[in-house]
Amino acid sequence: MIRLAKEYFADQRDDDLKQLGQAFHRSDVPGHVTGKTNYFADRSFPGMLHLKMVRSPHHHARIRSIDTSEAEKHPGVARVLTHKDVPHNVYTILILIQIGPEDEQVLAADKVRWKGEAVVAVLADSERAAQEAAAKVKVDYEVLPAVLDMEAALKPGAPIVNEYHGQNYYRYDSGACRKVRFGDVEKGFAEADHILEQTYRSSPIEQAPAETTGCIVVPEGNDRFTCYTNTQALFFSLDNTSIILQMPGHKLRFVGGTVGGGFGGKVDVTTEPIAILASKLTGRPVSFIYSREEEMQVSSPRAAETIVIKDGVMNDGRIVARYVKGYTDAGAYSRHSPYGAQKGAAHYPGPYTIENVWADTYCVYTNRTPSSAMRGFGVTIADFALEVQMDKLARLIGMDPLEFRFINAYRDGDMKAHRQPTEGAALIECMQEASKAANWPVAEKYLRMSSYKGG
Amino acid sequence: MAKKVPVQVTLNGEERAEFVESGATLLNALRGRFGDTSPKGGCHQGTCGACSVIIDGELKLSCLTLAEACDGAEIVTTAGLATNSAMHPLQRAFAEGFAAQCGFCTPGMIMAAKALLDQKPDPTREDVIEALSGNICRCTGYEPIIQAVLAAAAASPHKAA
Repeated sequence: MIRLAKEYFADQRDDDLKQLGQAFHRSDVPGHVTGKTNYFADRSFPGMLHLKMVRSPHHHARIRSIDTSEAEKHPGVARVLTHKDVPHNVYTILILIQIGPEDEQVLAADKVRWKGEAVVAVLADSERAAQEAAAKVKVDYEVLPAVLDMEAALKPGAPIVNEYHGQNYYRYDSGACRKVRFGDVEKGFAEADHILEQTYRSSPIEQAPAETTGCIVVPEGNDRFTCYTNTQALFFSLDNTSIILQMPGHKLRFVGGTVGGGFGGKVDVTTEPIAILASKLTGRPVSFIYSREEEMQVSSPRAAETIVIKDGVMNDGRIVARYVKGYTDAGAYSRHSPYGAQKGAAHYPGPYTIENVWADTYCVYTNRTPSSAMRGFGVTIADFALEVQMDKLARLIGMDPLEFRFINAYRDGDMKAHRQPTEGAALIECMQEASKAANWPVAEKYLRMSSYKGG
Repeated sequence: MAKKVPVQVTLNGEERAEFVESGATLLNALRGRFGDTSPKGGCHQGTCGACSVIIDGELKLSCLTLAEACDGAEIVTTAGLATNSAMHPLQRAFAEGFAAQCGFCTPGMIMAAKALLDQKPDPTREDVIEALSGNICRCTGYEPIIQAVLAAAAASPHKAA
């Protein structure tokens, strides 16, 4: 039940929040419950081809040769595509905001860098024919040593995962990592009553939307193409497709709509460019929809992370120094991970005011499935680590964990470690309400605190 | 191309006949031939429940059912539940109870719930959980769906006194 706590920040807003606490129906719900909502795959077109991808069975391998001759002869096959058919085969999604280098192949040419990487696209009249023909594609691989965790990737002499980077981490303009430097962290540790260093690790997490990733492309007959897609990032997909296919944007019409669950798993550009290329080269509508197996094994998960946090804390509860090293496992390609790792750097102090902070965050390449967005990527796992660390620190000094957070909570006017002044903080007020709601009492002085400076 | 076979069904009360590819699943036939896209393909391997339909009174996974095996059958899907413009009590309860978010699992959930209420108009919470256990939802966390089914049962005129 939503309660509007009007006593907080009453001077900061007009008291006209009439919608809070009211039930409003989602505008799309009548369609959902009657089965009338249109998802991208609820369309079919005469003569539609089905695309099946031949994928790498190896984590890391050199491609010696690709033989598609048997697949091309399979009944019902309209076309088989390799890297040679892709006008601009090496791309990276965030090049749109000048985050390079281009490091990922649309269809693998000389190497595969993760198990599941796309190598050959087969187009046929039916899904079954496409599947059967895909099984007839012969790819000769020379298996290479694979790097399967970040520790191994960062060891001197580790095999290079991605030659476009030259080393197994993303090189920012700030160097090998994103850096936050605030105050004097060594001085803070020297003054601290206690120091606690802990390492936190997470595994990749698959978003597992109910509807798998895909698109359906229709050629409009004038070298223009309509792409019905369930992407969560319509213009990222459109602009990257324009680069990959070397086609001006006005020839591409992307139609989004209701997405059957995304959770960040549908922000990459994995189906549209190749489906549009297939449609262009065959002149027919093309459907490329991930199987459930592809959704689980091939679509990008949340990155695995390793986070080392070292804190200096005083017996009175103040955290006086925080040192963090954060590692994000991008898998074989960048996609959105350089951005995710960067977000972590700014986030690591958490919603706490700490005078001395040092944070380094690395975006690391391994021969694993490329990771990408998922609900708050870059900060969600950081928050897990930070809040477990907060509980451990409270226990270390024998303090109630909620009272410990009141002592360190950021307040309006406090300078954050990444040099953004705190504005509109409401952590203290939220914790006051949480204390009451959870029946977790705190001392009266914490209930009198406020996020206002001097409060 | 696979051989086409005629399939005649009663779909949501209407007599329908279509030629479908031999070996096609009922899910693909309903969506591609009969034009009813309310059953969804979430896995095509019988694990997610999004394709659930009612065949001759029984809840079935249409992705694991051969279309040609349904010749002569009576099939009900979520698209057939509303009468005129009035929603079925289950549809209303799902809408009012925020039991649908992305909506992709919703038609299958509603079919599973309907199959339960047809057999047991006054189910317990455990009955509802059991009946929905073959249907995966990734958005709601299930609780609003369970509550919606119980609310629909409570509102039903067929409820046992």
